[in-house]
Amino acid sequence: MLVTLTFYLLAAVAVMAAFMVVAARNPVHSVMYLILTFFSAAGLFILMGAEFLALLLIMVYVGAVAVLFLFVVMMLEVDFVEIKQGFLQYAPFGLVMAFILFLEMVLVGAAYFFGDSGVPDTDPEVSNLEAIGSVLYTDYALFFEGVGLVLLVAMIGAIVLTHRARDGVRRQDVGRQVARTREAAIKKVDIEPGEGIGP
Amino acid sequence: MSVGLAHYLVVAALLFTIGVFGIFVNRKNVIIILMCVELMLLAVNINFVAFAAHMTVAPGADPLAGQVFALFVLTVAAAEAAVGLAILVVYFRNRGTIAVEDIDLMKG
Repeated sequence: MLVTLTFYLLAAVAVMAAFMVVAARNPVHSVMYLILTFFSAAGLFILMGAEFLALLLIMVYVGAVAVLFLFVVMMLEVDFVEIKQGFLQYAPFGLVMAFILFLEMVLVGAAYFFGDSGVPDTDPEVSNLEAIGSVLYTDYALFFEGVGLVLLVAMIGAIVLTHRARDGVRRQDVGRQVARTREAAIKKVDIEPGEGIGP
Repeated sequence: MSVGLAHYLVVAALLFTIGVFGIFVNRKNVIIILMCVELMLLAVNINFVAFAAHMTVAPGADPLAGQVFALFVLTVAAAEAAVGLAILVVYFRNRGTIAVEDIDLMKG
């Protein structure tokens, strides 16, 4: 019963939040709703017995991808007229979001510990994390390396795309520093009294 | 009424449909389109995990294959977000806009 209730709540929140991602006028709100969607999906994953993926979803999406989206939204946003209306206006919105997230966490925890998840456990002795770890680095080692390569390419690609060489920047040139000699750096000047050094 | 495979598939289908819908409906912002792609990938992930959780394990089959593949999809989605946003930043730097209507350099 608890599991069913949790499922319907999570599914409803996920679908509504996903719809709001599309419908929200402010892109920052869209990112927030995206976070809510992923959070609810993580809850669904836990209900299905995939705890590791659920935590990974939260860490990768809420922790990295959503923040990346937020950075880009805030960096690029063209017309931010509506967002300059003060913080207090968004406080209720934030509170509602926080409350929903909290409710979901409590429900998922309760359903996980007290309810029958409906998923046939393959081996109750081995946790999901342990099971995935035991196959990920053995049976799927090649795929794992491939995914690492994908991430490397994405990282290099993102850096290469956004890197911009500026002119007029003074850089340290170690070769020139080392090649400097005393003779080139110091000049002895014989100053006549009352004349000073010429320009 | 207990929650079965079909329930999760319906949720995933709804999420995927919303993602596709968002891509077509959106006229203002490319970032929203990227988010919609993320939504679709999430729907695919839900499908993978649901099937992995509910499949009857045949001899020799790996019950965790679906979850491992969902992990890979997650990684690719993260990489896609990074590269897509980098392209977006460069595009904004060059053209000064990311509105979908204004992106018509190739006369599409």
